[in-house]
Formats: sequence, C-alpha cells, structure tokens
Amino acid sequence: MMSATTRQATSTIIADWWRSLDKWLLAAFLILLVAGFMLSFAASPPVAERIGLEPFHFVKRHALFLVPSVLVMLGTSLLSPRGVRRASFVILIGAIVLMVAALFFGTEIKGARRWIDFGPLNIQPSEFMKPCFIVICAWLLAEKVKRADVPGNLYALILLLIVTALLVAQPDLGQTMLVAGAWGGLVFMAGLSWLWIVMLGSVGLVGAAGAYFMFDHVASRIDRFWTGEGDTFQTDRAREAILNGGWIGKGPGEGTVKRLLPDSHTDFAFSVLAEEFGIIACMVLAALFAFIVLRGLSTALKQRDPFVRLSICGLVFIFGLQSIINMAVNLQLMPAKGMTLPFVSYGGSSMLAIAMSAGFILALTRKRAENRSYTDQLVHRTWVLHGAA
Amino acid sequence: MKRFKAFLTRTVRPAPAAGTEPGVSKYDRFGRRRGGAETPRNSGRFALAIGLFAAVYLVIGARLVEWGVEPAETATYFRSANQSMSARPQILDRNGRVLATDITTFSLFAEPRRIIDPDEASELLLTVLPDLDPKWLYKRLSGKQGFTWLRRELTPGQKQAILDLGIPGIGFRSEKSRFYPGRSTAAYIVGHVNVDNQGTAGMEKWIDDQGFRALQHTGLASEADLTPVKLSMDLRVQHIVQDEITKAMERYQSLAAGGIVLDVETGEVIAMSSVPDYDPNVPSQALDKNRLNRMSAGLYEMGSTFKTFTTAMALDSGKVKLTDSFDASKPIRIGGFSISDFHGKRRVLSVPEIFIYSSNIGTAQEAERVGIEGHQAFLTKLGLLSKWKTELPEVATPTQPKVWKLINSITISFGHGVSTTPMNTAVAAAALMNGGRLIPPTFLPRTPEQADALAKTVVSKKTSDEMRYLFRLNVADQRGSGNNADVPGYLVGGKTGTANKVVHGRYSNTKKFNAFLAAFPMNKPRYIVLTVIDEPKPEKGKYYATAGMNAAVMAGNIIRRSATFLGVHPQFGDAGKSLLVSY
Repeated sequence: MMSATTRQATSTIIADWWRSLDKWLLAAFLILLVAGFMLSFAASPPVAERIGLEPFHFVKRHALFLVPSVLVMLGTSLLSPRGVRRASFVILIGAIVLMVAALFFGTEIKGARRWIDFGPLNIQPSEFMKPCFIVICAWLLAEKVKRADVPGNLYALILLLIVTALLVAQPDLGQTMLVAGAWGGLVFMAGLSWLWIVMLGSVGLVGAAGAYFMFDHVASRIDRFWTGEGDTFQTDRAREAILNGGWIGKGPGEGTVKRLLPDSHTDFAFSVLAEEFGIIACMVLAALFAFIVLRGLSTALKQRDPFVRLSICGLVFIFGLQSIINMAVNLQLMPAKGMTLPFVSYGGSSMLAIAMSAGFILALTRKRAENRSYTDQLVHRTWVLHGAA
Repeated sequence: MKRFKAFLTRTVRPAPAAGTEPGVSKYDRFGRRRGGAETPRNSGRFALAIGLFAAVYLVIGARLVEWGVEPAETATYFRSANQSMSARPQILDRNGRVLATDITTFSLFAEPRRIIDPDEASELLLTVLPDLDPKWLYKRLSGKQGFTWLRRELTPGQKQAILDLGIPGIGFRSEKSRFYPGRSTAAYIVGHVNVDNQGTAGMEKWIDDQGFRALQHTGLASEADLTPVKLSMDLRVQHIVQDEITKAMERYQSLAAGGIVLDVETGEVIAMSSVPDYDPNVPSQALDKNRLNRMSAGLYEMGSTFKTFTTAMALDSGKVKLTDSFDASKPIRIGGFSISDFHGKRRVLSVPEIFIYSSNIGTAQEAERVGIEGHQAFLTKLGLLSKWKTELPEVATPTQPKVWKLINSITISFGHGVSTTPMNTAVAAAALMNGGRLIPPTFLPRTPEQADALAKTVVSKKTSDEMRYLFRLNVADQRGSGNNADVPGYLVGGKTGTANKVVHGRYSNTKKFNAFLAAFPMNKPRYIVLTVIDEPKPEKGKYYATAGMNAAVMAGNIIRRSATFLGVHPQFGDAGKSLLVSY
C-alpha cells in the first residue's frame, strides 16, 4: 500500500517527467519502434522460412521485445543526469566483463564470438556497452573541461583502447568503427585542439588501412565496392528491391526481391521498406533519423552542464552513424558493412540496448531549471558584450 | 586514486589550488571556469556537426530520389530465371522473313505436398496427357517433394485443358522455346539451340559467342532489348537451292548433295544448303554424323572445277596466253603414274579447248609452266588452302600435301591432291569473276563499300575477263561440258568437275564426286552458283553420271528459278526482243 504522500510524490515525479520530457523526440522514437515492428512482418518471414523456422518466428520475437523495449526507454528516461551516469558506469563494467567472458565462453556465430547465452536469451553485451561507454567518456571529458587537473582525456583514451581491443578480438569491426567514430566525435565536441584531432584522425586512418590489409573480408568488400566486381549479390538485390518498389512501393506483402535478400530482416530492412512501402517511406524514415540527430544536437547545445551536453552528442552520434551506415550500404553509397538500423532491424538485445540509449537521450534532454537560469544568461551576455575580465 | 573516487561521486568540486591568482588561472576561486558563467560550448563545432549530419542525410535523400526517378526500362527488374535466361533475338533473312523466333510454351509442375488426392489428380491429368506413364505419374504426385516437373513445353491449349481440370497443387511456368518456322530449309546456316536455349550450332552459336550469353547471364537480355539478327541469306533462294538439291539427291540416288549461291561483289552468302539435313526444331537429329553442312564443313577433292584456278593462274602469270596451244596427244607419265584425258582428243589443244574439253594433260602442262612454288602460292592467295573465318562455326580447314612435288602440282592442277570446301571454291571463283578481287565470305548483310574495304586483288582485270570468256564458252559452245547448265537469257558460264573419289586409299573409277561451278550473267557476273553431288548414279535412261549430267543440271535449275528473285534481268539480245514483247 502506498501512503498518500508517496503517491503524491510519485505523481509529482511523473508529472515533472512528463512536463520536462522532449515529446517530439519521444514521438520520433516511438514511431521508429512501431515502424520497425510493422516492417518485421514484411522483412522477416522469408528469412524464417529459409532457415526452417515457422514464418512468423521473428515477428513474434520482435513483438516480444517491443514491450520491454518501451518500458526500458521510458524507465531510463526518468533518470537524472547523475542517474544516467551511474547506471552507465555499472552497465559498462558489466558489459565489459561479459564481453571478456564471451571471448572465452560465448557462442560462436558466423565466426565471431559476440553472444552470451542466458537460457532462452541470447545477449550481445557489446550492444549495451556502446551507449554506456559513450556516456562515461562524455563524463570524463566533461570533467576535464571543467577542471584542468583531472586527467579525463587520458582515462577516456584508455577506456577507448580497452573497448576497441575487445571488439577487434571478437572480431566486430563494424562496432569498432562505430565506437571509435562516436568517440572521435565526442572528443571533437569536447573542444580538443585541432592538432590533437589531426593526430587522432591519422591514427584512425592507419587503423582503417590496417583493417584493410589484415582482414581479407574487409579488403574484398572494399574492393568490390570500388570495382563493382566480385560477389555483390546482396547489395545488387537491395538495389533491385528499391528500384522495384519505386516511389510508392509494391504494397505490404507484395515484395518479391526481398525473398532473395539473406539479411532482409536485419541489415537490409531498409531495402525491404523501399520495395513494399516505396521510396517516399524511405525518405520519411531517413528524415526521422535526421530529425532525432539534429534535434538531439541542437538541444545539446543549449545544455549548461558539459557532461549532459557531451553525453547527448555522443549518444546521438552513435544513433546517427548507425542509421547512416545502414542506409548508405543499402543505397550503395559505401562498402557493404553489417550494421543494424536502430529500432527497425530485428535483433533482441540490440533493440533493448537502443531503447536504453534512447531513454538516456530522453533523460538528458529533459528541460532542467539550470538551463533556464536568468542570471546565468545575464552574466553570459555581459561576458559576450564586454569580454573576459 | 583517492581523487578519482571523489571525482566519481561529485560533479562540481572546488578546485583546491586554483583561484589564488585570479589573473593567471583559468579558474576562479570557486573552482569554476573564468570568462563566463559556464564552460565553453564550442558552438562552432556544434554547427559543424549539425551541418555534417544534415549533409549526409541529404545525400541519402538525394540517392533515394536518384533511384526513384530511374526510368523503369533500365531497372533490372526481378524476372523469373527461366524467362530472362532464355529470350533470344529473332533471326531474319535479308528481306526480314523470320528464320528463328521465340515462342512461349508452358511447363507443368506439381507440388506433391499440396496435392490432396494423387489418385484423382493423376487420372485427371492422363485425360489431357494420355502419353504419360500412369505409374510414374502417380509416384511423382504422391511423393513428399515440394516441387517436381511433370512435362515441359506444353501448348496453350493443353495448358488451358489442364487448368480446366481444377487440380490443386499443380502449376505452370512459362518458358521460351526456340522455333524455326522453315524447319530444315536453312538449318545449317541458322543452326539450333540446346534445351537451355543456348546456341550450339550455326548462327545461333555465333549470336551467343558475340557476348550474348554473357548478356543473358546478367539478366539484361530482356525481350524488349533484343534487336533481330539479319542474315545475308535470301530465304526464297535458299528454298530453291534446298529444293533442287533434295530432288537431285533423289533423282541421281546420291549419298549427298549441296549448293551455294554467293554474291560476287560483296561476298554475301545468299543461300547455302546441304542434304541430308535436319530439322532444327528437333536438334537431336543434328547428332547424326551424316548430317553435316558439306558446303562449308566438308572437305573434298574438287576435281576438274580446279582447272578454273589452274587456267586463271597460267593466264595471270603471263607465261600462258589465251592463244597458246599445248600437246595433249599423249598421256603424261610421271613416277609410275599415267595422266590421261577423260574426253581424249589426242591432238594439240588451244587453251580454251583445254578448258572446255577439261583436258588433264593440257592443264597439267599449264601448271608446269608456272612452276610448283607459283602454283602453291597462287592457290594460297585465292584462299583455297586456308580456313575462312566466317560467322558460321562449322567451317573446315583445307588440307594440302606437306611438301609440293611435281606430281602434286600436276594432280592439283586438275583438282586432286588438295581437299578444300565447296565454300572456299565458290569464294575463290568469285574473285575470278568480279575483276580479280578476293572478298571474304559472310553470312551477314554487307554493302559493296564494306566489301571493297575488305577486298584483296588477286588476279588482274584482264585475267578475270578471260576467265569470264572461258566460263561462258564452256556452257554456250556445243563442245563445252557445261551445256546443261545454260538458261536462256541469263548468260550462264561455268566449269564441271567430276572427281574420282578415294576409296580405301585408291581412286575409284565408279564412285565420283561431281561439282558444277557456275556464274551468271557472264557479261557482268553477279552470282556464283556452286552445286555438288556425292556419288551420283546415272539418271534413268542415261548412261553417264558425269558432272555435266547432274551437277550442271542442278545449277541450271537453281539459276532459272532464282534469277528473278536475285534481281538479274534476262538479256535475250536482238533475237530475244520479239520474244520478250510476245510475253
């Protein structure tokens, strides 16, 4: 039994939460979730049939994850910035431990050790690691911005090295790129000097070149993209699917090329969307991602607290980069790289993880009094007008 | 580490040392950054990030627009593998008549897992397709497979009849199948396709080798894109040739017969046929060894028709003139062989006489005067000793002695000792008729200008004129061997050839390979007509089976029937004008 006062307190919390929430962002996330679920009807039955499952296996699992995902998103959005940081810290430690464990005890799927079995649940700890890693790095960098004597940058760099080492060991080059890219963006936004940025950028380029020469499959994919020769079956079918759909699509369930796409339910869901719902629907989807990223960034700019500002940036970077890579591969704008489309592609733990990072974004973008401080604004304006003392 | 712990739990912490020297440190004494109420926001970098992301999303949008406006024709739409793999271009004759085309047939398949009552289904199917084996059909339908073919290539009528049965679990897949409306008429030129609709012979194979097969594999060969392939062949003339050689084979009870009509100005093959032939709609017939395109893929010792080339060589060398004479009274004896004449005159013969009496002795002496090397060089120049690269894959490579000795040169002068194809012979003869230009043969349309670019001069205009005279003489003169080829008004000229065939390593006296090498009209030759007949027997009521009695008759018939189609106007001279008027 809740006492009257706690009930009141709870309702206040809920009311405050609702008042401060960025409802546009929430709407965008929910639309993506629903669109992903609708698309799973089109994209996953052929795959399920092909691998001998009953046609709606993936649809059911998608639905199964839908409710927990929404709950996770709304739940995490209740957190304060400090809560976000603490949750991230705990989850990051847990995820890193699980990633190490996965290297030794994990199930090997398609030559990579990324998954850990928990009974019926197959968890990919690196998915949960991503947003938490970014939040923690944002915090380290923010501390450095606030106080010169805190070695935040160094800690952030060490953390990046640990995480990328674990990802390369799996191996999961896509996630490595994503994490390194988002980290680079974060460092850039934190105001690192251009000299450092150029140096880190060159290290990144050397790393990419190393991947080209060290991993045969990476080299062949990039070669195939540039020369157009070799086995481009998936990307060619993706293009065919999009062209087949045209502007308004063939209609739900009317797609034919999707049946030839091995990864239609994950990496190539975008092409399936194009074939059945048309290019216009694809544009709406791309616009939705763009809206989330751009609104996230512009909200971040208004934040007074550098930690909040950087966290939003980093989370939005991951979200944006992931969507861009996925769409660009589908549209043959870059070499084939397995990357899920946030919320739209099938994938149980990836959906929960994305719901969590969406929840973080929602939590951090909530309106807070500190950002509306009139005095601060006055002081800031004075500083702008009269220069530093 | 202690500091790190503190740092974990607190967001803002007063800086311990900073702030003592306000002018120096970046931080004030409350541990906050100087110069403003907050840390720098790096608005410029925010703008950059926002701009970059917006730009990338715009690129994605632009790509979507680009693919959206892509015209439907160039989009490689998903097609069933059967259809895209099998569409082929039509093949037409020079006037646009269809020689080969695609028709749609329907192939019946069953999905046994979906068949409710295999018993009933097989009984019903047997009412439409009674030739299916009932046991086999029942076994197929009652199996557990997901898919099985029952019968391929059904007609639309059969398809409808099966649909009317209303059996669940069966279906049709439409397939393209190649159809040759002319059946055997042009079989050896058009060729045929295998069961996967890939060209395996004739021009069909040539189409595939032009990169069409690669096109098929990429799925680009949709019906709309396929431009028909036009051949140089005239179907009407082809039919006449086919008809004449078929009749001749019957009339002279021969093993085989063949004919070719070649345009002397362009090298285009207007008609080419050989019997026995086959129906390309039933490609398995082509496997029979006897069904061979003898005109281009058969090698023969051409016999006396080769005297044409020996005479032309002798005249072109300048060592022999049309007015010269040679002693043909005695057989030539060389290396234990005796060379004599078939129609022996046993006297001195002039060059034209040697030609029209087809004197071996005289021709051998003409060749001797040119010399062995000159002889070999001349035949090589005329392309008689090498393979012609044509569109048609079925072309044989002529054979010749490894070393030419005098005896070889003598026998080759009257057509024994080298084996070449009738097509090589016709092409070389065309060069002697058209003013001395050797033009490679082709099965595709070619303009005189294109032919000029390819032509090589092999003999002088004068030699060509003299050869035309000799050709005409041999047909027009009462003493000539080619009288039977004459067609009033068309000024036919030609040379007979009756070669003894080699049987068990020896020349047989009874088995012959006959040919007639004709050209018309001799005042300005337009076409070469070459007919061959293998092991003919005398016609009923006749005693001889020499070329003049069969091959020349065939050539004459072909010219008589096809000249109007070939656009050659008859010339009856002054005497004939009244005749023309009376028509």
